[in-house]
Amino acid sequence: MHFVPPGQEWIKVFKNRDNHVADAYWFPRPCMQCDNSPCAKVCPVGATFKREDGIVLVDQERCIGCRYCIAACPYGSRSFNWVEPPHTPQELAAKYSVELNYPHRKGVVEKCIFCPTLAREGKLPACAQACTMNAIYFGDQVEDVVTNHAGVSVSFTQLIREKGGFSFMEDLGTEPRVWYLPPRDRVYAAPKG
Amino acid sequence: MFRQPTREDILFEPLKSNSLKFYGFVALLLAVIGWAAYAYYVQLRDGLGVTGLRDYVFWGIYMTNFVFFIGISHAGTLISAILRVTGAEWRRPITRMAEAITVFALLIGGPMIIIDMGHPERLLNLLRYGRFQSPILWDLISIATYITGSLMYLYLPMIPDLAQCRDRLTDAPAWKRFIYRTLALGWRGGEEQKHKLERGVAIMAVLIIPVAVSVHTVVSWIFGMTLRPGWHSTIFGPYFVVGAIFSGIAALLLAMAIFRKVYHLEAYLEDKHFRNLGLLLLVMDIVYIYFTLSEYLTMIYGNDVADQRVLQLLFTGDFAMAFWAMILVGFLLPAFMLGLPNLITVAPRPTARLTVLRPFVAMGALAVFAVMAFSPASASASFQLVSLWPVVRMLSIVVALGGLLWLALPWMRAHSIATIVIASILINLAMWLKRYIIIVPTLYSPRTPIQDVPWEWAHYAPTWVEWSITAGAFAMFILLYTLFSKMFPIVSIWETSGEEHAAAHGAKGEANV
Repeated sequence: MHFVPPGQEWIKVFKNRDNHVADAYWFPRPCMQCDNSPCAKVCPVGATFKREDGIVLVDQERCIGCRYCIAACPYGSRSFNWVEPPHTPQELAAKYSVELNYPHRKGVVEKCIFCPTLAREGKLPACAQACTMNAIYFGDQVEDVVTNHAGVSVSFTQLIREKGGFSFMEDLGTEPRVWYLPPRDRVYAAPKG
Repeated sequence: MFRQPTREDILFEPLKSNSLKFYGFVALLLAVIGWAAYAYYVQLRDGLGVTGLRDYVFWGIYMTNFVFFIGISHAGTLISAILRVTGAEWRRPITRMAEAITVFALLIGGPMIIIDMGHPERLLNLLRYGRFQSPILWDLISIATYITGSLMYLYLPMIPDLAQCRDRLTDAPAWKRFIYRTLALGWRGGEEQKHKLERGVAIMAVLIIPVAVSVHTVVSWIFGMTLRPGWHSTIFGPYFVVGAIFSGIAALLLAMAIFRKVYHLEAYLEDKHFRNLGLLLLVMDIVYIYFTLSEYLTMIYGNDVADQRVLQLLFTGDFAMAFWAMILVGFLLPAFMLGLPNLITVAPRPTARLTVLRPFVAMGALAVFAVMAFSPASASASFQLVSLWPVVRMLSIVVALGGLLWLALPWMRAHSIATIVIASILINLAMWLKRYIIIVPTLYSPRTPIQDVPWEWAHYAPTWVEWSITAGAFAMFILLYTLFSKMFPIVSIWETSGEEHAAAHGAKGEANV
């Protein structure tokens, strides 16, 4: 979808374990699109910026490659193109746009951008579309509706309130836009380890 | 016309002719720089992937060099400005070489950041789109101000000497005479000119101090303003400033020793200059040890898991060797080398009598040190908490080093300058390591776990490209400094001659505390 260069994981799935009593669980980490984004704060040239719709984007035509945003991001959500990424003809055929982040180029920072081009078409982001377990919901918090790949739409506030939703490392004051529901009433066995 | 030979003739010697040795030295430096330029070309062609840097450890020895050079830049301006403002007369022969270190260290340190950039050709974006909320902008402004200020502060007190060069070096090549004539700005040395110059220098000396402090403060804030464990610390500003002055004095002492030897400046750089600066270095060493202790003890005492990961890497993990070498050999040993000869004035009797035994004692101490320093950090993992092994190990290392030091005391007393210079070298090495140890271990311990990535992505080893560029940076610094000393008098002539010299020597009693 994004022609993500090898070595980058825009959505990285960790195997988390909160303590030695609790079971492990899978923990996908996209970019948190923080409202108080530490990356946008430190970018010296405004290449990383927060859009009004809440998405944090990177302008690869302006990025100077200092990697200060990688230092600032506590989630490790950002990657740097250390070498010229391998290209495909389809990727190169696209006209570069901050909403695509490709064609990819070396010497700049990239990250998950919540697929703004798909959002324009009214579609779910690539990760939510690809999630076979329908575990990823996406939506607009102002409209208070989130939807998963199965087409189930639910109230965001109700979901978070009833299922004890939380966001990752919110004590750092980053105000993340990604929320998690703790594992309850497991249908499948917890991952080992 | 015959002219009476004077003391300052020796200062013009390096300016007059170049020896074969000099050309050889410059050629060597140019070769290193050329090799570094090739390495940088490779990096530009293939990307930063030719370095050992990856997404976890994304800053490495380029950043280390940056902080190191900005650090030693405090040699000059800050030290010489403080000494000037406080009226320490003994400073006169060393101010210029100190100020030159500042300028050249900044000229090398600043570009290290550009070398670290993925898109150096977009440097001007910092001006076109610069956002003041980024600490990088603070650095840009602060360092640019510092370079400008320290160039002025180097240049102003040079004007009378440039006029002397213009008047005395009449058989120099035309381009050299042109430079002297232009830069001397028509200096005639009248009362009014002298008065104006002295006012200018005095104002610059006061102005440059806050700028110098701001520079290393904002360098530390690049790290301090992030949420990373080990970086997000409130004492980083003063900690870095103290470290900068500390390493700056050490760099200055090293430069003094080299110039004294190569240019035969014994009449200018006397024992007292080394001794006074050595004492200043000792004070900064102790202050730095104090800062280091308070930084780590605060982290140790709390239980923050992220902090503990960094500390584990430093104390017993991947960086333990570098960390303890830095603490013991880089900070504590120099403190004793700089302090003991002043403290213990009586000859150590027993060792003095048993000189035959000394080599055996020394070898024993060395053996204990080697065995202990290279032995595993803990005897057995399961006993780690109750075992006294780490304490025994550390104590025996300290005792072994102490024994060596005790044996070396008579030598150190007889060779006080050599002792101070060796301490300075150790300190400079340790301060480079310190910057590495500030940067890399923190990147080894991110807040999110490191899972399912190749080993190389989460570990850092500088590649030949990084080492070459680092060597090139040092060669460039030495080259600029050498050429400067061949072009301009490295000791301020007008400030050390005639009545100025007499005044300085009149105050000798005060200066020799």
